[in-house]
Amino acid sequence: MTEVADVSFALPRGRRPADPLPGFRIALVATLFWTGLIVVLPLAALIMRPWQEGIGAMTAALQDSRMFAALRISFVSAFIAALIDVPLGVILAWALVRARLPGRRIIDALIDLPFAIPTAVTGITLATLYGPQGWLGAPLAHLGISIAYTATGIVVALMFVGLPFIVRSVEPVLRDLPPEFEEAAGLLGARPWQVVTRVVLPALLPATVTGFGLAFARGIGEYGSVIFIAGNQPFHSEIAPLLIVVRLQEFDYPGATSIAFILLVASSLCLMGIAWLRRRVARGMVAGAAP
Amino acid sequence: MSSTTQSSRREADIPRWLLIAATYTIVGIMLILPPVLVVAEALRNGFGTALTTLADPDALSAIRLTVTMTLASVVINTVFGVLAAWLIAKYRFPLRGVLTALIEMPVSVSPVVAGLVWLLLFGTQGWWGQALDRIGVHIAFAPPGILLATLFVTFPFVARTLLPLMEQQGRDDEDAAMLLGASFWQILWQVTLPNVRWALLSGVLLTTARAMGEFGAVSVVSGHIPGLTETMPLHIETLYNGYQSVAAFSMATLLAAMAMATVGLRSFFEARARNAVIRGQDA
Repeated sequence: MTEVADVSFALPRGRRPADPLPGFRIALVATLFWTGLIVVLPLAALIMRPWQEGIGAMTAALQDSRMFAALRISFVSAFIAALIDVPLGVILAWALVRARLPGRRIIDALIDLPFAIPTAVTGITLATLYGPQGWLGAPLAHLGISIAYTATGIVVALMFVGLPFIVRSVEPVLRDLPPEFEEAAGLLGARPWQVVTRVVLPALLPATVTGFGLAFARGIGEYGSVIFIAGNQPFHSEIAPLLIVVRLQEFDYPGATSIAFILLVASSLCLMGIAWLRRRVARGMVAGAAP
Repeated sequence: MSSTTQSSRREADIPRWLLIAATYTIVGIMLILPPVLVVAEALRNGFGTALTTLADPDALSAIRLTVTMTLASVVINTVFGVLAAWLIAKYRFPLRGVLTALIEMPVSVSPVVAGLVWLLLFGTQGWWGQALDRIGVHIAFAPPGILLATLFVTFPFVARTLLPLMEQQGRDDEDAAMLLGASFWQILWQVTLPNVRWALLSGVLLTTARAMGEFGAVSVVSGHIPGLTETMPLHIETLYNGYQSVAAFSMATLLAAMAMATVGLRSFFEARARNAVIRGQDA
């Protein structure tokens, strides 16, 4: 029963009696040890390393225009891909929940495919599919559209990777949306498209923002599925994670670490921003529904 | 029931056929063509050729390394994931939110960064790399580095799958077991884990699928030595860049099949886990 006394040090004094459930100390020690070793220690190295070579190395790294080009390409491609995924994902979610399509179960299973397929397999597959001799690449080449080995290829790869995030965020909300809402809107004289734009889509907005945010955040750091289909031309189709690898191959650790650091900070800020936006949207929804 | 069908019919009259056509187009181009292409490219020269490429010594060594690394990271991350979920779900303590955020952290880190951080510690220019090299311990560009990168990438999955269910179930069962005199391990083994068994299995399978497919993080720390530090995804890259398309896609078919089987099993258990959540609510 020693654990009884042990828990008390971690609990706010006076507000709550000591926790009698055994195991607190062993679980705490194991979790802190493991989180410290696998997460905190390496991330601490990432945060401290750029300053180790002195401020000079960091400012030199920050003047690298190739790095900014790569970061811009990563962020813009991830943004465009997530944006295109939004309507596609909402349509698929609608098909899964509301349309009684033949093969609905198969579609449901296929949605998770981009999650399931390892990124390297996605990479070589999309590069072949959209390549000049590919099943889709060849007909598109006839139309004068080239996707593989261009910046467009990056967007195509990120669209594939991001699609399930939108569908899986929107789908449960759409499922919980009572059909009575739409029915009531219809009885009140709304046209079908008004029902969709005024009733269904606003209700889906918070979930859509979440899905967009997840797809976007995933796209910023994506590597394996992109590098095969992107041309990897500096300033044109070189993504930031690839530039980290290039810098490492040049044994330029400060350069690689600076990009990684900026990538980490930027994607954390994006995630926080999206969480904030989602809270605002959700609150707006509640406020709008209250009166 | 009849009102539901009526409303959904009215909801959509005009754009319905358009949406259905759009659905099949999206699914066909984005979700059906890619896996069909993987298998078609692998079987381009027949089934026998595809199998022969997998019997190559470097291919076999890559398969072996992937299986070993996956098993090791799944076991390690499951043990610590269970303890972390138990800690966060069953107790209230200061900085609990910070700890949860730290456990979630690896999800939002780019795979390449997840590999880079280990080089900063154990690479030739890393903090401890040279010192460890001198005493004969090789972590970067060797299997231990691959294991660390895989552990980082798959770190949160068991804990984050268990957490919502464990929090929802509260700790009445655990408190009852405690009052009956059960020890920590007895409570964990006989009360908590049986309550979350489907979620646990789902988390373990997710960890497995992600561990075997990890490319970016492993690519950075591995050093790409065929036969020694190449996992299946890395070997696929080497083959593809070496214009050995059939071999690359054969390996890709095998890896994708392994990952999809794992994820498929997971969806099956996930449905059971979801039912467990509903039951948890009822209780």
